[in-house]
Amino acid sequence: MITLTHYLVLSAILFSIGLVGVIRRKNLLLLFFSTEIMLNAVNIGFAAISKFYGDLTGQMFSFFIIAVAASEVAVGLGLLVLWYKRNGTIDLESMQEMKG
Amino acid sequence: MEAIAFYLFSIITIGMFLIVVFSKNALYAMSALAGGMIVISGFFFLLDADFLGVVQIIVYTGAVMALYAFGMMFFDTTKDVKENIKETKIIYGLWIAAGILIIVMVSAPFISDKLMLDASISHYTVIGANNPQAVGIFLFTKYLVQFELAAVMLLVAMIAGIILVSKKMDVSLTTTIDQEVEKEEFHQKDAK
Repeated sequence: MITLTHYLVLSAILFSIGLVGVIRRKNLLLLFFSTEIMLNAVNIGFAAISKFYGDLTGQMFSFFIIAVAASEVAVGLGLLVLWYKRNGTIDLESMQEMKG
Repeated sequence: MEAIAFYLFSIITIGMFLIVVFSKNALYAMSALAGGMIVISGFFFLLDADFLGVVQIIVYTGAVMALYAFGMMFFDTTKDVKENIKETKIIYGLWIAAGILIIVMVSAPFISDKLMLDASISHYTVIGANNPQAVGIFLFTKYLVQFELAAVMLLVAMIAGIILVSKKMDVSLTTTIDQEVEKEEFHQKDAK
C-alpha cells in the first residue's frame, strides 16, 4: 500500500538531489537542469497531496508551476545565449565581477 | 501492483536525476533529464492526475527539453563540461538536510492529518467527472484569473525569448533579401 508519506519522501529525495545540483554545478545550463528537477519534485508532492485530500487545488498549482517553468526556460535560455555570444562561456564564475 | 510501479518509477527517476546532477557531459545530463521527466509523468498517472501526466509529457519533454536541445546547439556540448567543483561533503550534507527539513516542515501537517479522506466530502472536487473534465471545470471557473495571467506570462516569455536571441529585429528579413537580390541582378547587368 503506497501512502502519501511514500510520495512525500520521494519528493523530498528528488528535491534534495536538485538542491545538491544547484549547489554543485558551475555550468549555467546544468544549473538550469537542477532547478527543473526541483520544480518537478514539488509537482509530485502537490499531485500526491491533491489525490489523498481529494482536492484538485494541488493539481492546479502543478499546472501553474509547469507554466512558470516553461516561461523561465524561454527567458533564461535567451539570456544564456546572449551571455555566451558576449563572453564565450556559460560558466558561473564568469559572472563574478566583484572581487571579494 | 501500485507498489511495484511506484518503486520502479522511484528508482528510475532518482537514478536519472543523479546522472543529471553528477554527469560531466551536458548531453548525457539533458537526455537523462528528459527520461526522468517522462517517468515522472508515470507518477501522475498513478495519482489519478491523467491530465497533469499528459501535460508533463507534452510540456516538459516536448517543449522544455526541446528548447534546451536547441539552446545547446549554441554551446559546445561535445566536450566535457569543465567545472571548478570543490567537493566538500559537509556542505552537501547540510544542504540535503536543509532540503529534507523544508519538505518535512511543509508536509508534516498533511501527514499528521491521517489523510484518507473521502473525496465526496471535499469541496474542491467535481463529483461524477473524470480527471480532465474536473480540471477543465476548475481551470475555467475558480482559477480563471490565474489561467489568463499564466497565458499572458507565457506570451511575454515567448516575445522576450525571441527578442533576446534574434538580432536585427529592426530590419525586416523579407524586404532585405529582396533588395539584395535586386542589387545582385543590377550588378550582373552591369557586368554584361
